[in-house]
Formats: sequence, C-alpha cells, structure tokens
Amino acid sequence: MTAPILALRGVSKSYGAARALVDVDLQVHAHEVVAVIGDNGAGKSTLVGALTGALVPDEGEVLVDGSPVTLSDPSVARGLGIAAVFQDLALCANLDVVENLYLGHEAQRGLLLDEVTMEKHAWELLNQLAARVPSVRVPVAALSGGQRQAVAIARSLLGEPRVIVLDEPTAALGLRQTAEFLTLVERLRERGHGVLLTSHSLADVQAVADRIVVLRLGRTNGEFDAAKTSYEELLAAVTGIQR
Amino acid sequence: MTGVDTATGLSAATWQRLRTGDLGVLPVAVVLVLIGLVFQALNPHFLSADNLVNLTQQSAATGVIALGVVLTLHVGQIDLSVGAVSGLAAAVVAVGSVQLGWPLWLAVLAALAVGVLVGSIYAALHTRLAVPSFVFTLAGLLVITGLQMRVLGPTGSVNLPFEWWLVRFCQTAFLAPATSWVIVALVVAGYAAGRVTDRVRRERAGLPVAPLWQVVARVVALAAGLSLVVAYLGTNRGVGAVFALFVGLVALTDLMLRRTRWGRSVRAVGGDAEAARKAGVPVRRVFVSAFVACSTLAALGGVLAVGRLAAANQGSGAGDTNLTAIAAAVIGGTSLFGGRGSAWSALVGILVVQSISTGLTLLNLDQSARLVVTGLVLAVAVTIDALQRRAREA
Ligand SMILES: Nc1ncnc2c1ncn2[C@@H]1O[C@H](COP(=O)(O)OP(=O)(O)OP(=O)(O)O)[C@@H](O)[C@H]1O
Ligand SMILES: [Mg+2]
Repeated sequence: MTAPILALRGVSKSYGAARALVDVDLQVHAHEVVAVIGDNGAGKSTLVGALTGALVPDEGEVLVDGSPVTLSDPSVARGLGIAAVFQDLALCANLDVVENLYLGHEAQRGLLLDEVTMEKHAWELLNQLAARVPSVRVPVAALSGGQRQAVAIARSLLGEPRVIVLDEPTAALGLRQTAEFLTLVERLRERGHGVLLTSHSLADVQAVADRIVVLRLGRTNGEFDAAKTSYEELLAAVTGIQR
Repeated sequence: MTGVDTATGLSAATWQRLRTGDLGVLPVAVVLVLIGLVFQALNPHFLSADNLVNLTQQSAATGVIALGVVLTLHVGQIDLSVGAVSGLAAAVVAVGSVQLGWPLWLAVLAALAVGVLVGSIYAALHTRLAVPSFVFTLAGLLVITGLQMRVLGPTGSVNLPFEWWLVRFCQTAFLAPATSWVIVALVVAGYAAGRVTDRVRRERAGLPVAPLWQVVARVVALAAGLSLVVAYLGTNRGVGAVFALFVGLVALTDLMLRRTRWGRSVRAVGGDAEAARKAGVPVRRVFVSAFVACSTLAALGGVLAVGRLAAANQGSGAGDTNLTAIAAAVIGGTSLFGGRGSAWSALVGILVVQSISTGLTLLNLDQSARLVVTGLVLAVAVTIDALQRRAREA
C-alpha cells in the first residue's frame, strides 16, 4: 500500500498534568474512512487538533504523504489539503453562511469579493448535504445547531481537500441529514478522499467506517475492521471493561 | 433555492434587523435628522447653510480619528490613545516645519510615520504578548502625551503661517461647484452601475434578486440626498476640501470593509478570533492592520487639526478629542463587542456629536452642558449596543 495521506507517529499532548494524548499512532489513506471513537475526554478532539494544525503536539510527528510536516496553523494544514470540521464548528456567529463558508478562501473578482459566485456555490454545497437553511445570507447566529453543523461540514468540502477530518460531525444532525452525511462520506471515499471522523454513535460509525480506532484515556485501545467487529467488542474497548 | 420570499417575511425581518442592529447606521442617521430639527426649532440659525458648512468643516479632523477607532472596535479591540497620537502628530508637523525648517510635506509624512510606528507597537504587544488593548493603549496615552510635551518644548505652542497649503486646505479650500457636481454624478453613476451589474449577474446565476424598483429607489435616493447636500451647502461656501477628504476616506474604508478579503477577515476576527484562526484567517496580520490603520488615521486627524487651527499646542488632541472620537464611533453604531459596525458610523457619529456641540453653543450653553449631553448620548448608544447584542444571542 502507498504511504498514508495523513499520519501521526508517536504523538503526545498534555494540558498541564492532564495527558490528553499518549504516544498515538494513526494513519488515514486515500479511499478510506477511519472512525475514532472513545468516551468523553478520551482525547478525540485533541487528536483532531493535532491532525489539522489547531494545536501542535508536544511530542511525535505529523506526516503528510509519508514526510514529516509542522502544522503550525490550520491554514498550513489547509494548504496541504487537510480540511477540518471542529467540534466547536469554528464558525463566526456574526458572519452569514456564505461568508463563513468562504472565510479565508474568498472568491474574488479583481480586488473585490465575488459574492455572486460564492453565493451560488454555497447553495450547491448545502444542497449536497440536504441542509435546510432559511437563507445563505442570514448570520450563523440565527441558525440551529444542526444547520450550523451542516455549514461547517460544507465548508470543509470547499476546494477539494485530500483528507477531511471531522470531529463529531453528526452530533447535532437530524435523521435525514445524518443519512445524507453518511452517503456523502461514502461518495468522498469513492472519489478518493481520505476521511477521518470521530463519533459517539457506534451505529453511524459501523455504517460508514472501514477502520475503527478506539481511544481510551489518551491512548489507542485497539484498531478494528469495521466489517468484522461487533457492537459489543467496540463497547468493551471504549469502556475498558474486560469480558 | 429561494431566499427571503414573502412581503410579510420581509417586514418581520426588518423589525428583527432593527432589534439586532443589522440596519447599520440608518437608525442613527434618522436620529441625526431629528437632532437637526430640534435645534432648528430652538434656534433658526442651526440649519442655515453657513452653520452647516462650519459644522462639516469642524467634524473632519476628529471624524478621521473616529474612523480609525471604528477599525479597532471592529476587531474587538480599543485604542484609548488616538487623541494623544493626533496631538503628537500635530506637534511633529508644527515643530518639524516651523522650528526645524523641514518642508511641510516631509513634516506631514513624519507625523503619519509616527502613527504607523505607534500602531505597530500596539499590534506587537497585542499579538505577541496578548496584553489587553485597553491597558497598553492607556499606557500609550500617557507616554505619547509626554512625548508631545517634549516635542513642543518650553513654549508649548507653535503657530503655522496662514498661507501654507495645509492651513489653506483645512480652512479655506472648498470644492468648486462644478467639481462637486461632477463628483456627485460620478458617485451616483458608479453606484447605479455596480447595482445593475450585480443584479444582472445574480439573475444569470439563478440567485434571488431584489425587485427592480428597489434598485431604482436606492439610486434615486442617493442622487437626491447628495444633490441636496451639495446644493444647500453650495448656497454658502460649498463642500469643504477637508470634509470631502474625510467622506472619501469613509467611503473607501466602507468599500474595503464590505467588499474585500481584508474587510471580511476584520469582521471575522472581531466576531470570533479563534474561529477565524481555525478557518484559516491570518489573525495576527489582521490585528496589525487594524492597529496600524487606527493610529495612522489618528495621526492624519492630528495633521488636519493643525491645519484647521494653524497651530499645535499642548491642548492638541488632549481631553475631549480622544473621548469625542471614540464616542462618535460608538454613537454611530459600531459595536464595542467587535465584528459589527460600519465605516459610515464615523461620519454619522461625529456629525451627531458635533451637532450637539454646535447646537448647545448656539443656545448659549457652555462646555459643561456639551459634555453632559454628549455623555448621556454615548450612554444611550452603549446601552442600545448591549441590548442589540443580547437580542442577537437570544
Ligand atoms: N484546553 C484544554 N485545557 C486543559 N485540558 C484540556 C483542554 N482541552 C482538553 N483538555 C483535556 O484533555 C483531555 C482530552 O480532551 P478532548 O477534548 O480531546 O476529549 P474528547 O475525546 O474530544 O471528548 P468529548 O467526547 O467530550 O468531545 C480531557 O481530559 C480534557 O479535560
Ligand atoms: Mg471532543
């Protein structure tokens, strides 16, 4: 197999005395959906942060196409083709949907912004996710949690990233939107993207993931083939209860 | 794929926009008109062309400073030293040109460079050390006031000859009527062209468009408004060059805030700096640009003030310049909480403050009344700002 698009090698991160990640290894390949599961505080968001430049690990390396990189900033990661949906969504509540979607990557016509192109494309992106927003010109503050999540997911799809890293992307989504999202993830895999997502929903994870990585207290507690692993086995790995 | 559709949806939306402050400077502009009418009722000289020309001319220098304040407020920061920076800039211009014999343009450039330098220091303190801006700009206020005294030296006051171009530009230069009308025509034509192209492009892209009558109404309103101002001021001395410069700067800043990448990042950083960083906005650079622009505009305001007074002294930029500029930005509707506001709030805000000041003077009330009233208006503006923020979060 070729080198993974995105990988962690021996990554650790502490917040003072709290060890959020301890010596974690992880790979995401093209054409692959990796799910990371774990209890609250297991270190999933910290892992996502390390993968996407939101935070710099204390130890270990982040590798893109097999070579070590320093993701000092999310924009650096973005430049390397790594897009992220953060658990807090990282949307600016005072900006409208289009403004948020294109934040930092605005389309321009000459020196000025090209609002028409952005607005048109915004609708296309949101429709892909069956996202229902009243208007793409309302401030994000006026959207529901699920609508905001859809906007954040839509934003990660802009500009054809190679890997998409999503932290609990379905937490606030409705049934239909979750279904559309899972289909979208499958489409992304078919198109050759790598996808890493974290989730608390074992059903979603089993439906879409190829590989499932379990985090427990900041360490990897097993890696499973999604097709061959039962709900009970995953539960045991997450909670650490031996059977 | 429809936007806002029904008529009822629109009017409810308008109310919501008023409550949450999304109507921008419009409500304050209405208040400005009301203030004008009230003072006119109390003193028939208030709305005379002569008084309005004076009023616009007096607004320009502090208005330019307020424009800088609008930018720092936009990124969620504040610069409490703008008055001091303008005072130091004034001192640099006067001392440099009169006492040291520099060419006037060089003294002006030096003053602006002082602004750039001060802004860069603030930006470094904020982005590298994360010191809250109200603290280091307060420190800066003291330091810069001290420097201003040092530059002015023992005499404490330097006069500029009346025939120098800076003084003439700020005191006696007015746009020729023909020039004013050409500018009005160009602005209206440019605005109409922009609106129409935008509408055509939206239609082609299959996006919802505002009804045509709205476009026409806006263009007509703009043309009528500008014509009224130019025609009425034209019955007296006309539009002052320094006021035209101020309005031009406001319009340019407005365009940059609303229609450029930089403006968008400014609003994003002011709304949520961490979210903006995660979205890939160069947050540090945005802070630097805002602080530098603010201090530089403050310095420019100081330069214009020297021209207007034909003198710089220890009182230049002291006390109420600072407060007036900051108050004007807030009264004009730029939020203290960051990420919201408009460049036009500098214009509308300074006109409100200056109208109150002029109006009370015409009523033979002194400085004390002016401070009290302006303070109360500021308090009301801040309260509305806070209420609107709450309405947005509800
Ligand atoms: N900024 C921070 N400062 C201090 N400790 C932190 C910080 N962020 C995370 N932690 C700690 O690191 C550990 C891992 O946190 P993380 O957010 O990665 O967990 P998570 O798996 O994403 O949890 P959840 O399912 O609740 O989102 C937790 O013990 C948490 O308390
Ligand atoms: Mg988390």
